[in-house]
Amino acid sequence: MAVCVAVIAKENYPLYIRSSPTENELKFHYMVHTSLDVVDEKISAMGKALVDQRELYLGLLYPTEDHKVYPSYLLCRYGYVTNSKVKFVMVVDSSNTALRDNEIRSMFRKLHSSYTDVMCNPFYNPGDRIQSRAFDSMVTSMMVQVC
Amino acid sequence: MSLCVLEGMGFRVGQALGERLPQETLAFREELDVLKFLCKDLWVAVFQKQMDSLRTNHQGTYVLQDNSFPLLIRMASGLQYLEEAPKFLTFTCGLLRGTLSTLGIKSLVTASVASLPTCKFQVVIQKT
Repeated sequence: MAVCVAVIAKENYPLYIRSSPTENELKFHYMVHTSLDVVDEKISAMGKALVDQRELYLGLLYPTEDHKVYPSYLLCRYGYVTNSKVKFVMVVDSSNTALRDNEIRSMFRKLHSSYTDVMCNPFYNPGDRIQSRAFDSMVTSMMVQVC
Repeated sequence: MSLCVLEGMGFRVGQALGERLPQETLAFREELDVLKFLCKDLWVAVFQKQMDSLRTNHQGTYVLQDNSFPLLIRMASGLQYLEEAPKFLTFTCGLLRGTLSTLGIKSLVTASVASLPTCKFQVVIQKT
C-alpha cells in the first residue's frame, strides 16, 4: 500500500505530492526530498551503460517508531525516471504485505501513463502543479489498494 | 505574428508527444539517439513514414531531410508555391522543437524548401 506518492519535475520541484492523511505530512515531504539525492546519483551513474530505464531501487529502509501506539512501519522508497527526466517517488508501507517487484513496477507504469495523459491535456501548462481529478483518483486507488 | 502562434502550437503538441511516444522505450543515451527517435518514431507516428535522411556536422547542427513531405505533396505540381511553402512548415518546426525540449534538448528549428515536395529541417542545438 502506497503511503506517499510524489511527482517531481526535471528541475527538482514537486509537481504533485500526496501522502496518506494519518501520518505527519512533513515527514513524508522530507523523505521524498532526501530520496531525490539518491535518484540523481543513479541517473548520473547510468551514463553510457545500457541500463533499464526503470530504475527500481530500494531506498533507505528504516522502521519509524511512532509516538502513538501504532505498529512501526517498514517504509521503502522506490524511484522511477522517465525519458523527460520527470521523477516519481513512492513511499510504501510494506510491514503488512511484502509488495513484490512486479506490483511496484505496475504501479509506476500506471503513474507514468496517467502523467502522460495530464501532459497531453492542452489546458495543462508543463511545469504547473498537477490538479487533474483523474490523476487524483488514480493515486487514491493506489493508496488504498491493499489494506 | 501568426507564424509565432502556429509554431507555439506545434511546440505544445511536440511536448505532449515527447512524453507519450517514448513511453515504453529505454532511456536515450545521447543526442544522436534522440534525433534518430525523431526521424523514425515521431515521423512514423505523425506522418506514417520515416524521415529520409539525417545529417550532422557533429557540432550541434542536424539536417533532417524528407523527400516527399506529406503536407507539401498537394502543392508539388509546379514551382508556383515554392516561396510560400516554408510557412506551411512552421507547425512542424514547432513540433520538432517541442519534442526535443521534453527530451531535454533546447534547440532552434528552421525549415527550408529547395524543390517541392522535398524539404529540410535544420536543428541547431543551443548549448547553455
